Amino acid sequence: MAGGSSVRGPGGGRGNGRALRVVGSSVRKVDGLSKCAGVTKFADDIVLPRMLFCKLHRSPVPHARIVRVNTSKAAKMPGVLAVLTGKDLPIPFGILPVSQDEHALCLDKVRLVGDPVAAVAAVDEDAAFDAMNAIEVEYEPLDPILSIEEAIRKPSPRIHDYGDEGNIHKKVALEFGDVERGFREADRIFEDTFYYEGSTHLPMEQHAAVGMVDPDGKVTVWSSTQTPHYVHRALAKVLEMPPAHIRVIACPNGGGFGGKSDPFNHEIVVAKLALLTGRPVKITLTREEVFYCHRGRHPVLMQIRTGVAKDGAIKAMHFKSYLDGGGYGSYGVASTYYTGALQTVTYNVETYRFQGARVFTNKPPCGPKRGHGTPQPRFALEVHLDKIAATLGVDPAELRLRHLVAPGSLTANYLRVGSMGLGKCIGAVVEGSEWKKKFRRLPRGKGIGLACSSYLCGAGLPIYWNNMPHTGVQIRLDRGGGVAVFCGEIDIGQGSDTVLAQVVAEVLGIDPYDIRIVFGDTDLTPVDLGSYSSRVTLMMGNAAIQAAERARELLAKVAAEKLGVSVERLGFGERRVFDVEDPDRGMTFAEAVVLAESRFGTIGTVGSYTPPPSAGKYKGSGVGPSPAYSFSAAVVELDVDPETGWVRVERIHLAHDVGQCINPVLVVGQIEGSVYMGLGEALMEEQVFRANRNGVHRQPSMLEYKSPTTMEMPDVVSYIIEDPDPNGPFGAKEVGQGPLLPIAPAVVNAVFDAVGVRIDEVPVTPEKILKALESPAKRYGPKGVPDVKWPDPIRVPAPWEGGTGRPDEGGEPAVASERAPAPDRAPHARGPRS
Amino acid sequence: MMRLPKFRYYAPQTVTEAAAILHAEGPQAMVVAGGTDLYPNMKRRHQMPTTLVGLRKIGRLRGVKGSAARGLWIGPGTTLTDLEENALLRRHYPGLFQAIHSISTPILRNMGTIGGNICLDTRCNYYDQNYEWRRAINFCMKCDGDICWVAPKSKICLAVSSSDTAPVLCAYGARFHLASKKGERTIEAKDLYKRDGIHYLTKRPDEILTGITLPPAARFRSAYRKLRRREAFDFPVLGVAVCVRFEGAVVGDARLWLGAVSMAPVEAKDAQAALTVRPLTDETIEEAARLAYPLAKPVDNTDFALRWRKEMTRHFVKEVLREIRQT
Amino acid sequence: MAQKMKRRGKGAAGASPSRAKVHLRLDVNGETQEVAFAPHKTLLEVLREDLGLTGTKHGCELGECGTCTVLLDGRPQLSCLVLALECEDRPVVTVEGLARGPRPDPLQMAFAELGAAQCGYCTPGILCAAKALLDAKPQPTRQEIREALSGNLCRCTGYIKIFEAVELAARRMRDPDAKPAAEVLHGRRV
Repeated sequence: MAGGSSVRGPGGGRGNGRALRVVGSSVRKVDGLSKCAGVTKFADDIVLPRMLFCKLHRSPVPHARIVRVNTSKAAKMPGVLAVLTGKDLPIPFGILPVSQDEHALCLDKVRLVGDPVAAVAAVDEDAAFDAMNAIEVEYEPLDPILSIEEAIRKPSPRIHDYGDEGNIHKKVALEFGDVERGFREADRIFEDTFYYEGSTHLPMEQHAAVGMVDPDGKVTVWSSTQTPHYVHRALAKVLEMPPAHIRVIACPNGGGFGGKSDPFNHEIVVAKLALLTGRPVKITLTREEVFYCHRGRHPVLMQIRTGVAKDGAIKAMHFKSYLDGGGYGSYGVASTYYTGALQTVTYNVETYRFQGARVFTNKPPCGPKRGHGTPQPRFALEVHLDKIAATLGVDPAELRLRHLVAPGSLTANYLRVGSMGLGKCIGAVVEGSEWKKKFRRLPRGKGIGLACSSYLCGAGLPIYWNNMPHTGVQIRLDRGGGVAVFCGEIDIGQGSDTVLAQVVAEVLGIDPYDIRIVFGDTDLTPVDLGSYSSRVTLMMGNAAIQAAERARELLAKVAAEKLGVSVERLGFGERRVFDVEDPDRGMTFAEAVVLAESRFGTIGTVGSYTPPPSAGKYKGSGVGPSPAYSFSAAVVELDVDPETGWVRVERIHLAHDVGQCINPVLVVGQIEGSVYMGLGEALMEEQVFRANRNGVHRQPSMLEYKSPTTMEMPDVVSYIIEDPDPNGPFGAKEVGQGPLLPIAPAVVNAVFDAVGVRIDEVPVTPEKILKALESPAKRYGPKGVPDVKWPDPIRVPAPWEGGTGRPDEGGEPAVASERAPAPDRAPHARGPRS
Repeated sequence: MMRLPKFRYYAPQTVTEAAAILHAEGPQAMVVAGGTDLYPNMKRRHQMPTTLVGLRKIGRLRGVKGSAARGLWIGPGTTLTDLEENALLRRHYPGLFQAIHSISTPILRNMGTIGGNICLDTRCNYYDQNYEWRRAINFCMKCDGDICWVAPKSKICLAVSSSDTAPVLCAYGARFHLASKKGERTIEAKDLYKRDGIHYLTKRPDEILTGITLPPAARFRSAYRKLRRREAFDFPVLGVAVCVRFEGAVVGDARLWLGAVSMAPVEAKDAQAALTVRPLTDETIEEAARLAYPLAKPVDNTDFALRWRKEMTRHFVKEVLREIRQT
Repeated sequence: MAQKMKRRGKGAAGASPSRAKVHLRLDVNGETQEVAFAPHKTLLEVLREDLGLTGTKHGCELGECGTCTVLLDGRPQLSCLVLALECEDRPVVTVEGLARGPRPDPLQMAFAELGAAQCGYCTPGILCAAKALLDAKPQPTRQEIREALSGNLCRCTGYIKIFEAVELAARRMRDPDAKPAAEVLHGRRV
């Protein structure tokens, strides 16, 4: 097999100069017809002979010590083959190396209503349900902690016996440049407080997993997971089995949005039950249980203080965030950093201070939901800027355009921005919406609002410290001209299978439907870290280009000899290899494969991708760097009924800088889907709990968790901006998450334009608007932030102050963000996101 | 997957047969028509009847008869979709049409029946939850427990009447026909409901709703307005039904009912009086809204904040009356 | 038609009448199937578990999401809230039955082409609802499509590609060569 070490950014700039055939065209999704025929096998569709069904017995109390678990009655019930408790799986796990704080079944303590305590396997789901209800657990209750304020105020009882202080899981303080000088030099200082309510992914597919054991003792787990690789690692750890004896197969996800990015207790439980019974075991969570798995949007309280010059230039920014983390770590340390990371990549921020704290509470754990940790601060920043623009008397679009970060620059916190199409995005939505005719000129009750955002294209660093590539692609050519492409990626609906097929087809000059994609299988496919962090198109795409180019080299070599021309003169297209100067001279792709196989033996190549090193060299610099950043601008047009506060969104214009489209119709689909999810969060979705009723989830159902229907969805006008990034495959950047971010702030800014009130809190409900209309301050939102003893900040001089990315002396010693030999100290700083 | 508990199932062909089964099986038996209310409840273990009596094979329970001049008879087993598509109903009973059209989703309306909506179980955020969730609050008095979590001092259950059709049928002065082994009886629509979230119907468990009669529609105008978060799926958190007979330029008779603000539909008597024998001016509308508003006593057991829901009563009464004026 | 029936005492488990399987004929996708199943099983469960038709999905099993929609008596209905034993001899069409032999239904093709199926999980239910709509109204307006599909939640698409796919399929029923508008495929040109 050809191939070798990984390279960085093989796609650099490609595609700009060259005519593209497949990339850039709206080819039908390679898995589209299967999904429309009902043929695609999701995890719950798997049926195996002698398969058992698993149910989890969950805690009815939010915070307690487990005194006793009595499973004897359940074990004797008809049809029950096995019962498990925490003692059977005592090894902790978790997605981040620094937060190995979960157990497959609670060991000594429960931390939320819905925490699993015991598991049963039975011959059918009815029997498993009855047995699950027959399990008796005795608890010694502990005071529950149910809000950010409470967690900060009450250091005990501690929810976890680790973390920075009491019930504060993580505290972060970073300072870039001389922030105090920045504030001194500012002409005006603005301060606002915001709150962003938690929300959940609500994938239509409930999580499901099937565990199976071979006669030789090897375990296979099928699961609706976005991250088979991390599930693989967690299974090996908790089951104490060699990874080589465990196979994880990710099934196509029926929606993920970040909610299937953690290794989950139920995945481990079915594997263990399969080992115990020797039979396949399936679990499919109920909708209510999915709300308990959660890992969704953190509720975040935020304070932003900004010093600006007369023209609106940001001289200094101080951002504080307080995250309600729920009962476990999950991705939370990374989430905390993310609430402070991307404020700097859209508009120039001369000096910047960030303080963030994540608390533990007795609620389902929060983690990465589409936009992971960045929609909340983006909401705060974009509404804050709207207020600044209003005070300065500047058009908000103009204010933003004046201070855009330059392409190819380094931000105050050492994020390297490559291509930067935000100016074009703003131009597109301003023109398309006729902004200048409408802004502040519409009749009362009608409003228009603008907001922008940026998102990363994959995290620059892996979750656990290592020197290996983030993704690998393997290609095998068949003598008949067929191509099999193997990659650990998993399609969660975003179209990654299609992207992979298009990229390979482009390089090899074949049709995407000639390609068989083999995905998400730890036995068969090279590792891909997973479908999170908007990393797949960029990273997998680059690896696929590399693998495909290596295959093409082999074919080109033999074809060139046969045609008697130089390799450089060969073209690949229309399933042919030909002389570009005399296109009739050539051979079919299949003939070229036969020649190559005759010469070199079986043709298989590999490619892989590792992101470029990050510029920051301070502790925490692992979160935020990305090979490239996408940009979005949104204009929301809406009506507000001043009598009721009711909001009806009429139209949303969304321009997104995607670098280069791989598949335009899928890009538009991601924009529309992101707008939808952003709008749900902006207007109605809430993952909330009854603090005075044992901390139960207020509405763990599809009916009462309000996901917008067809009737609420406004028209969306999408504008694709293509500003190719040197690090993207053919210049491509992400589109799956970025377009969600500007929706909530644009809605809030439009509400202000319509009725003159500021809703500094998401979701923007009619109750809040009416209250704001009645209030003297014409505002609804949080009043302040709690006191937290912040650590001394890590001080890093800004690049324009002569900084090198390393902290000042006197600050904490640098833990370099890359290749630092301290995996036990630093890995939390290398977070991913959904 | 949420699954049904086990039960014995009967599919009688006649009301007599069905009534005999209910009589023989006692209160452990329940009737089911569309199933869209009962089956979710059974899956959540609210109700676990040992016997289910399916009514869909009883042809006599389906269909619409009559005319606008004589009044209509509606079979309670008629699906909501069939009623939506009934031209007579749509034209002459617009309030009922609006109410039916607003129920849940088009797909659910293909299954759910009007009888089911009339008898809809009362709803509450503490009740409409899985067995496991309810265990976490140690249950409530409506099912398996002893306390009302919405108002722990309350002696009665405060679950909300969430039927869209009930307030309209009350406003129409519709009549319900009930049958059991012991005989038949006919009651006023409003007499079916009780202000008790548990015992919310006066219908006995052995009785079957066999017919709905609507009075002649001549000279009546009716309308229904529903408050909810989303325009599909959601139950009402407020429903305002109005039925007005004009005598020349003045209102001869006005009936105004509020739904989803209490355990039963609520008649806004003072508002009705304020509207009667007066022209429907902005002032009388304002006055009616002012008088109806205090009747809405929402508690924290549905979607939206209480205060706002109450405030919306005023607004919706005004809107629905303005709509009547325009038609 | 549920009236309240109080059941005191703890434990959702407990003595329920255990029934033997019922054996009856179901007419699924134009074929008569003999099938035996427990009487408390829903159509959803029998389709997926007893007939192996896993194309029909489920998202809540309580009638709150529309995912399990199938055509029953030609109308979209929620298979999670229908007893299978109430479906004897009533035509059932699932997503597996939409294609004509090897030819996908125009709706299936349009959904695939426009990316109206992203994760594809709500798709079978939506296709059934859309099929019933086009059968009744071959040229629906956008508003009619919105209303007809208002009982099907989708978390991926924001519904827009779904509306456009239904419109494209409707056009293709009159003109097989109909193409989607450029803005559908590429967004609005800047």
